[in-house]
Amino acid sequence: MNTEYIRLEHGGGGKLMRLLIENLVIPSFSIKKVEGGTGLLEEDDGAVIPIENGYLVLTTDAHTVKPLFFPGGDIGKLAVCGTINDLAAMGAKPIAITSAIIIEEGFPFSQLKRILDSMNSTLMEVGIPLVAGDTKVVEKGGIDKIVIATSGIGYTKDPIFDSRLKPGNLIIITGPVGRHEIALLSQREGLKFEIQLESDVKPLWSVVELALKAGRITSMKDPTRGGVAGALNEMARKSNVNIKIWEDKVPVDEEIRGIAEMLGIDILETTNEGIMIMGVAKEDAEKVLKAVKSTKYGRKASIIGEVEKGEGIVILETSTGGKRIIEEPIGSPLPRIC
Amino acid sequence: MSFGTLTKDYRDKKLILNLVKVIKEEFSNDSYKFMHVCGTHEDTVTKHGLRNVLPKNIEVVAGPGCPVCVTHPEKIELALRLLEEKENVILTTFGDMYRVPSRYRRSFSHAKAQGFNVKIVYSISDAIKIAKENNDKEVVHFAVGFETTAPSTASTLLQNPPENFSIISAHLTVPPVLDYLLASGEIAVQGLILPGHVSTIIGSRAYEFLADKYKVPQVIAGFEPLDVIIALKMLLEQVKKGERKIENEYERVVKPYGNLRAKKLMNKVFKQEDAKWRGLGKVPNSGLDLKPEFEKFNAIIKFDINLPEITKDIEDGCRCSEVIKGLAKPEECQLFRSVCTPYDPRGPCMVSIEGTCAIAYKYGSLSLKSN
Repeated sequence: MNTEYIRLEHGGGGKLMRLLIENLVIPSFSIKKVEGGTGLLEEDDGAVIPIENGYLVLTTDAHTVKPLFFPGGDIGKLAVCGTINDLAAMGAKPIAITSAIIIEEGFPFSQLKRILDSMNSTLMEVGIPLVAGDTKVVEKGGIDKIVIATSGIGYTKDPIFDSRLKPGNLIIITGPVGRHEIALLSQREGLKFEIQLESDVKPLWSVVELALKAGRITSMKDPTRGGVAGALNEMARKSNVNIKIWEDKVPVDEEIRGIAEMLGIDILETTNEGIMIMGVAKEDAEKVLKAVKSTKYGRKASIIGEVEKGEGIVILETSTGGKRIIEEPIGSPLPRIC
Repeated sequence: MSFGTLTKDYRDKKLILNLVKVIKEEFSNDSYKFMHVCGTHEDTVTKHGLRNVLPKNIEVVAGPGCPVCVTHPEKIELALRLLEEKENVILTTFGDMYRVPSRYRRSFSHAKAQGFNVKIVYSISDAIKIAKENNDKEVVHFAVGFETTAPSTASTLLQNPPENFSIISAHLTVPPVLDYLLASGEIAVQGLILPGHVSTIIGSRAYEFLADKYKVPQVIAGFEPLDVIIALKMLLEQVKKGERKIENEYERVVKPYGNLRAKKLMNKVFKQEDAKWRGLGKVPNSGLDLKPEFEKFNAIIKFDINLPEITKDIEDGCRCSEVIKGLAKPEECQLFRSVCTPYDPRGPCMVSIEGTCAIAYKYGSLSLKSN
């Protein structure tokens, strides 16, 4: 690492962030997992802790977002969904979550109540409790408005890892790409579009639960920061396989594609908060796809690619007939000028 | 009309592959090398994997088409010094300028991490808005780009911007650098694909002097994959027939005299001056500086900052000056991918996402083809 201080890109979910975590964070801790489980070294969506008759999955996330309230959601919904989706990505049924909230002096009660209500209604949807919490207040300027950290615990008999893709597996994505980031960008930067864009932030356990029942899912990951490009690269690298993606099969809403191209942002690198990438045994793929499509949040699901033997790269067959490599993103995408 | 219907035909796989087939049949005997001079063309070529579709005897190389990449580090250093030396300054910049290092690997991104006030904007009008909202601060906009963004800078300055607003002009123009490159005799290409966006402003006539002077085939092209393939076919036809003219593939947008209003605005506000291009050197009459009557918006004069002299604008071992001229491919540079990466760029072609090396790093299609 050439820089001695943290830049925004270090939090962008790309390669810079991975290097920071691998070179600085993980080596700082001596005990990295519970015996018989998985932990820091696996860098998965959650840690696996063996218990009698199965496994507990534990995950934790801190959430900041600008603006706090955006079309389709808010920081409260985002915090709850982030944790539920990380548990779901491990194949774990969510049991309970906790939250720590840090608030800046001067933050209005009314907004805090809105955020808490939103957390509650998302938890009610999934039917799980918030069982513990912590609230801190810092002086004005100490943080930007509010930060919410959530932890979640779940249970599974068979944990699913992002490192278990097998050649021959097909790749399913449960919904259209890019909606969260583009909706936020349009709000944050005051870009005026005629269409109302909504974030895709959604709790995905209901989708995953049905998918797990429908067929053999070998590997899963939710493409949040770093986007689909980041998630696929991570899965390919950890599984030591190549992934081939068919561009014309990747679901993208037309208006989202248009805006992303206008801003010069690669749609595959944008953050999503309500879709899951699944590696599925080939013979089960249609069954799983059908199950996903039958759910409220999975209607636009699609089989987007296949897993091949290889050394960890992601190849895109473009809709124009060309071929290229999808690289791991570096940091968060930045718009281009022309 | 939706975005999809606007671009659908120009991305039609069948049309593209059919045309490539025709090209393969008609032009299989010789080797051809063409240069485009636009970051967006490179993005189209690479994003759609077109090098992978084209026959091996037809090569498309990228010239100095990314205004961010060729912005001289002196200008970046100037903006950084302004932040360091003056109180209460907000620097506004386009996103792709944000990570570009000046020297000693420091960039606006580093400045922001150190606590300086840097804001990414989508257009100069966002910068004006920030200036109006912060009238106790000075807002300095880093104005970068070719003839595509210069008119909006000009238009903004003509509409009485607030007193606390000024710019650093790093605007550059395309025809002078083509003249410079062709005159150098260093670029061995049989024709040029001219940039659609720039040409929309300056018009197809603006390149006529080049056709007269250097007898080189030129085609103005749009930005969809089919546009690029059609433009290549037009260039191949010219080469075959021994023609040396300017043709316009992008007629649906580009007109012979361009956008007259935009050109008028630019002429009102800017004067041409010699300008340094990163990796290329000083190119006569290629820069746009503010005319004296707009001095009060010139941050360099307003804050009395000296332009720092930086003679070494790329690092040892970096082959960007060859990459920019189409003489070397990114993969042929020993720094590429090993130490020079988009998160620690060593030369101009890696710094912006429109740069040839950055695009090759990101999409990797060049290496895919050579495998």
